[in-house]
Formats: sequence, structure tokens, C-alpha cells
Amino acid sequence: MPRSIRASGWGHSMAETYGRELRRAGADANSPVRRLVLLLRRYPLGAAGAFILTVFVLAAIFADAITWLDPLRTNAPEKLMVPGGKHWFGSDVMGRDIYSRIVFGARISLAVSLGATTLGSVLGVAVGLASGYLGGTFDLCVQRVMDVLQALPLLVLALVTSAALGPSLTNTVIAIAIPMIPASARVIRSNTLALREAAFIEAAQVQGMSEWRIAIRHILPNTVAPLIVLATAQLGSAILTEASLSFLGLGIPEPAPSWGRMLSESAAEYMRTAPWLVIFPGAAISLMVFGTNLLGDALRDILDPRQRG
Amino acid sequence: MSGYLLRRVGLMLLTLFGISIIIFVLLRLVPGNMVDILFDSAGMVDPAEKTRIAAELGLDKSIPEQYLVWMNGLVHGDLGYSYVSEKPTIEEILPRIPVTGRLALSAIGFAVLLGVPFGVISAVRQNSGVDYGLRVLSLAGLSIPSFWLGLMVLMAFSALTGRLPVYTEAPATVLDAVLLVAVPAMTVGFRSSALIMRLTRSAMLEVLRQDYVRTARAKGAGAGRVNFHHALRNALLPVITVIGLETAFLIGGLIVTETVFNIPGLARFLVESIRNRDYPIVQNLVMLTAFIVVSINFAVDLLYAALDPRIRLGA
Amino acid sequence: MIADPILEVAGLRTVFFTAAGLVRAVEDVSFTLRRGEVLAVVGESGCGKSITALSLMRLVPSPPGRIVAGSVKLEGRDLLAISEAEMRAVRGNLMSMIFQEPMTSLNPVLTVGEQIAETVRLHRDVSKADAWARAVEMLRRVRIPEPAQRAKEYPHQLSGGMRQRAMIAIALACDPKVLIADEPTTALDVTIQAQILDLMLQLQQESGTSVLLITHDLGVVAETAQRVVVMYAGRKIEEASVEDLFARPMHPYTHGLMRSIPHLAAMSGAVAERLQEIPGMVPALSNLPGGCAFAARCGHADAACAAGVPPLEERRPDHYVACWHAGTLV
Repeated sequence: MPRSIRASGWGHSMAETYGRELRRAGADANSPVRRLVLLLRRYPLGAAGAFILTVFVLAAIFADAITWLDPLRTNAPEKLMVPGGKHWFGSDVMGRDIYSRIVFGARISLAVSLGATTLGSVLGVAVGLASGYLGGTFDLCVQRVMDVLQALPLLVLALVTSAALGPSLTNTVIAIAIPMIPASARVIRSNTLALREAAFIEAAQVQGMSEWRIAIRHILPNTVAPLIVLATAQLGSAILTEASLSFLGLGIPEPAPSWGRMLSESAAEYMRTAPWLVIFPGAAISLMVFGTNLLGDALRDILDPRQRG
Repeated sequence: MSGYLLRRVGLMLLTLFGISIIIFVLLRLVPGNMVDILFDSAGMVDPAEKTRIAAELGLDKSIPEQYLVWMNGLVHGDLGYSYVSEKPTIEEILPRIPVTGRLALSAIGFAVLLGVPFGVISAVRQNSGVDYGLRVLSLAGLSIPSFWLGLMVLMAFSALTGRLPVYTEAPATVLDAVLLVAVPAMTVGFRSSALIMRLTRSAMLEVLRQDYVRTARAKGAGAGRVNFHHALRNALLPVITVIGLETAFLIGGLIVTETVFNIPGLARFLVESIRNRDYPIVQNLVMLTAFIVVSINFAVDLLYAALDPRIRLGA
Repeated sequence: MIADPILEVAGLRTVFFTAAGLVRAVEDVSFTLRRGEVLAVVGESGCGKSITALSLMRLVPSPPGRIVAGSVKLEGRDLLAISEAEMRAVRGNLMSMIFQEPMTSLNPVLTVGEQIAETVRLHRDVSKADAWARAVEMLRRVRIPEPAQRAKEYPHQLSGGMRQRAMIAIALACDPKVLIADEPTTALDVTIQAQILDLMLQLQQESGTSVLLITHDLGVVAETAQRVVVMYAGRKIEEASVEDLFARPMHPYTHGLMRSIPHLAAMSGAVAERLQEIPGMVPALSNLPGGCAFAARCGHADAACAAGVPPLEERRPDHYVACWHAGTLV
């Protein structure tokens, strides 16, 4: 008797069914636009996240076109202007325009967080692939190094690294990327270990493909989904870490308009008289991270229904 | 079991050893001569004086030698002297421990008390309005930087009372006491509570699908008993692991929150010491942080084993 | 003598709202369980028999499932009409259920004794110590050696057969009037299966509990039940006494089921014949064809079968069947 046949819809959640259907639809030659519309409709929160991020990315790219005041130019007579008029979000203690600084700050925030996440993922993938594929003593040593990196809170490690390298944009990227390596390395390593045993890898071995070729041609594409999910989550924490580092005075140096630094400079001093100094930069950070998190949740549901939460 | 414990303790020591090397090397990467930097602000200094100071601080030795001196001191409880205050490091660190400890414990307590019940509610009412609301709220909690949340809270406080809270060891009124510990703790714990809520929710959803939950309902148990006695007890196992891991994030939150609220704890001291290049303090504080994180992870593993009979008694 | 009915199910209809559409898992099912008897509900996986059982207990996962029509009368009281609180007092007390998967049906972080005592404490006003004593006694009744010791153990420390005995102990702890057993032996080794069935029958005779036995295994039915309900695609398609059904299956599906089982095929004299599987598969319940759901797999199907759902009719005394050709096939 065919015991495997079950009444449809019974035994697994509807979202799982949907995720699988959508992925199956992805294999079809459906129009990509239609698929995108379908996805956006199915995941409204994810669509909202994608929208928020898109707005920030466009603002960062076209910063020059959508602002009318130099974010770096100080203007003493116009200091601490109330929001309104030509200073949409007001001006700071040196008379710089907050709106321009927020828009150009998106550039810095995105550059650092995307840079750090990319660097961390690339290094993590390399380490994870090598570790999972080579195994043995190499793997053991790498695992211990990852333990070490994970035993320090992200911000503490980034603080010390940043202090050691000196404040600059590149160094901030490196300082945030290093603590991110273990997470992606672990994901890639465990997937590599699982996939090494898979039938199609054995087939490739039989065909005489070299180990590295197998690793890059077969194993990497099969670990892309969890990696994307992880990288989106890391993007959010990279934005927050950059903001924290800059807030503490150890990230992006002056006079660059970093959101975190805008909050530390004089905001605390003037927050009773000029609350806009506090409100706008913080809202920008929160909104961008919120968009990233919304998108990340939706991506996880779509790409990896097992981890659904 | 004792073999496992030994192995775990060995790995912990290995990890701490690795951290000590990384932190030591990182701090010696800093460009420029340490003594020059230290005396930058002092203006003209006699070169002979510089050499004397360098020798006093042990900076004339080679880097491996300096490391051995530090390790030797660490083993014997001698953590060296602060470059800035010239007091023994231990005297600088010890009085700050209760300040940060109180804040951290309150934050974790707040996070658990808020995160676990809401996570259960969200899971039990999956896909309801309440669930969506809580999920968006928790995502927001993960998105707001705690230093901004802190600044906003301070702003609201000063708008209401016309003054800012100043940290003291003996707060004058109950309101001050609440404000000085509870408000910063909530600021730090908000992020953790959001994370704990999300994990409790997904763990509960997983558990609520299990056959034994159906068995409990088939016995005639009510929703409260099914959800809390049967489901939550199982769902808490993975959540406890996360609460342990979350302490590492919590320390990040402490750093910025102590800075915002001007709380003289360890976390703010770490930032100050990094800014002042007070490396004896920095390296020992980082080691302490690592020790705390590693110990908590170890404790969580033991707790997990104690709570899960399948591990405690061997599956 | 026909015993009086204890559980009367009439016009039961349960549906699931799924991504694939509306699934009619249980469609207009009626049957009567008599006092002290074992009634078997038989069918392939996915025919709606487990959902029928869960519907009786009002344990259908909701959403996506919902009971939309019918009545389930336990000693005359309609369980579908009472409040959830009243229903809780019924579950595990007047009517209990044991499940297919003994490995996962017990809570891994509670001891076996705690789980049995819990049922007692939920329905009887007894002290913790008395409930525990009852738990140990129940473990003894289900023939678990060293019950006092075993009560303190956790599910993972017991074998599959032992766990199913513990499940039976939980179900019978409050002396229910009706026991619903959903594939109680399917997940067990063959030798253990026989032990568990024997145990259930013994306990059933000792206590006089009426049993609704859900199974796909006609061999189990032959050994335990007095009467049989055959289900297909959510509907009841045949009902008869065990003897009558095995001697003269009237529905082509029932007939097919019997021919696919080795020793039953031998019993019915078809030794020389090859064992035959029913061709095709159970149709998806979300996409049922009009007419008889079995028509697509049936060798006797014709235009009438595709045109309308056959009504359930009494073709012989106490032998009901839903097939347009039941008269001509026998």
C-alpha cells in the first residue's frame, strides 16, 4: 500500500508548501517580473524592507543631486537652526546641514556595511570551504581560531582592531569584517561536510575533477542560499557596529558625515535645546537596519524554510 | 562525563590563550612608539627621562618578552599598572565590576521576562494580528541602536523633569535608583528581549507541532498547561543556548549604554582606556570579557545538560 | 443481543483550508460504536480515518482544519456542541486516544510517571501521591516490569513497545468509556505489534471500554474487531461485521484491499493468484473527481460511476455499501 501518500496540506505548514512552490516556480521559465511581483505580494514585510533599502541606496548614489548644501561646509551664523526652511532637518552646532549629512551619511554607512559584509563573507567562505573540504589537522586549527574570534563580543573585537589600525574608512571595514568571519565559515563548513557525501559530488570525483574544482563548481553554488540569509543578517549588524564605533569615536574620522559620529559629537550636549541633532541620525540608522532585517526575514523564509522563525 | 568536562575546560583555556595572543599583538600593531604617544601631551620631555619610563613600564623589552611578563603576572594575579592613573590595574578594575554586573544582570532579567512570554504568545497566536505586531516590534528592537535608544530616553526624561540623571552610588530617591539602573538596563536589554522573543517564538512553533503536544491536549490539559508546562519546557532548551550567546552581544550594548548614561562601569572604562591607549587596562579587560563569555557558554552547556534528560542520562 | 450505542457519529464533515485549496478530509461520515465492542476503521493512508479520529476528540489542528458539520454523541451528549472547557473534561477522562508514534508522543522532558499522573490529576481530585500511585498501578496493568522504577524514568529510556504501553496507561488512567486507537501498532516491530494488540484486547475486556481502532492493516482488523468501517477519500464506503466483510466484501475497493494482503488472499482461496495491488493512488482530497472517488482505479467503473456519488445502502442485513454496482458484483 502506498504509505507515503498523504492528504495534501497535512503534516507540513502552509508556508513550507509555498516556499517550495515558489522555488519550483523559479526553476520554470516564468517571466522574472511576474515572479518578483508574486514574491513581493506573498511577503509584504520583505517588500517593505526592500523598498526602504532601495530608497537608502538611491539616496546614497544620487546624494549630490538631492541635496543643495555641502555636508562638510561649516556656517557659524546658521548654527543650531530649527528644522524647516532650507535646513529640512535643521543644522548642527557648526552650522552644517543635517539633511545633507544624513544623505551623504547613507553613503558611508552603506559603503562600510556592504564592504565589511562582503569582505567577511568572502574570507568566511574561503576559510569554511578549505576547512570543510580539507578536514584533518587544518580543519581543527581553523576551528580553534574561529572559537577565539567568537569568544569576543563583535563590538569589543572591532573596537580593539579599529584602535590598533587607526581610524579610517578602510580600517573600519576591516575591523567589522574580521569578527564576521566565523559565522559564514561555520555555515559553509557544515554545508561542505554534508555535501561532500552527496551523490553528485561522488560523481564529479569519479569523473576525475580536482578537489578545488569540485569545491568551487559544485559545493559553493549549493551553499549560496544559507549564505545570502546569513549575509543579510550580518549587513544589519555591520550597520549597527559602524554606528557604534563612530559613536564611540573609534570609527569613521571627522569630518566625514557618519551617522554614529553625528550622535556623539555634540548631540548629547545639545539634546535639550536641539533634539533634532539626536532624532534624525538615529532614525536613519534604525530605519536602514529595520529595512535590512525585514528583507532578511523574508529572504530566510523564501530560501530556507527549515529555519523559519 | 568527567572526560567531557576536562576536554571542555581544555578548549576554554586554549581559546583564552588564543585571545591573549591576538589582543597582545593587536595592541602592539599600533603605529608609533608607545612612550612617545604617552608623552605627547606632556610637551618637552628629557630623552633620558623617556628611557627611564620605558624601562619602568617594561617597554624596552622585546614583544615576546613583554608577552611573557604579562602572562606571568596574569597567572600570579599581578595585572600591572595603568599608564594613566599609575594605580595597579586590579584596583581600577575591581570596583567597577559590581556596577557593570548589576546593569548586565538587570538587562538579562528584563530581556528574559519580556522576551519569553511574548515569544510564547506570538507562537500560540501564530499569524494573528498580535503575532504580526509583536514580530514587527521585535524586529524594530533589533534595529534600534541602543545608544540612540538611550539618548532618546534621556531626552524624554529631561523634557519631563527638566534635568538629567547623574550617576551616583547612593541615589537619593527611589525614582533615581530606578532610573539609574532600570532605565539603562531596559535600554541594553531591549535588543536582547527582541532576540529572545524571536527565538522563543520559533522554538515554540517547532515544539507545538510535536506529537507530545497533541498527547497533552488529548489528555484534557488546558491551553495554559499545554503551552507552558509541556511546550515551553522543551522550547526553552534552545532558547537558553541563545540567552548564553546573547551575553556577547549584551556586552556590546553595555559599552555604548554606559557611555550614554555616564555609568562608571567596566564597559565605559574599556572605551576610555582604548582612547587613552592605556594598554595594561585594555588587554586585561579584554581578557576578562573573553573569560566571561567563555565561562557563560560553558555554564550554558552544563545547564542544557541538566535540563534535558536525554543528555543528562545519555540518549 | 445488540448492545446499546455509546458513541454515535452522524454526518461528520471536516475540511482543511490549504494553499492547494479546500481539502474535504472527512465527508459526511456516520457510524455507531456500541458499548464494549471494538469497531475498526480501515483505509489507506490519506483516506481521512485519522482526521475522523481527531475530529471526535476535537483535536483537528485549527487553522487550517475545521469541523463544519455533523454530531458526535457520547452517551447522547453532542461533543461538537459543548464548550472547549467541557470538552477538556471529556478528553482523557471519558474518551481518550492513543497515537501511532510512541517515539514522539511522550514529552521528552517529563518522566513517564509524571505524564500518567498528570492525566489523573487533571480529571480526579486526588493528591500528588495518590496520582503517582495510580500511575505506578497503571504501568503494572500494562505489564511493564518494575513499574515503580520505570515511572521515574524518561521516555528515551524506554523501548518503542514500552512507550506505547505507557501511552496506553495514560489513555486508560481515568477508565474512559471510549478509547480511540490511531494505528497503535504501525510504528512497532512485528513481534511487539502482537503483544500490544493482545494487551489492548485484554484491557478492553477487563474494563469494558469501547474501542475505535483506526488501522490500515486488515490483519489487525480480523484479529481484534467485531465490526468494520471502510473509508475511501474521506467517505465511508462500506460497513459490516468482520465475518461478513471478510466473507463477502461488496465494494471493489474493499475487495482490492483484501487481495493485496498475503494471508487474507490465501484464506479466501485465491492461492494461485498473484497478490494484487490496487492500481493507481488515492486521489488528492483537494481535487476529487465528481462521482465515485474510486472510479479511476476501479475495474468495474462505467458512466454511472463518473456521474454521481453512490449513496450508502444496506445491501444485506447490517451490511452497508456505497457502490453503484454492489448488487451486480457479488
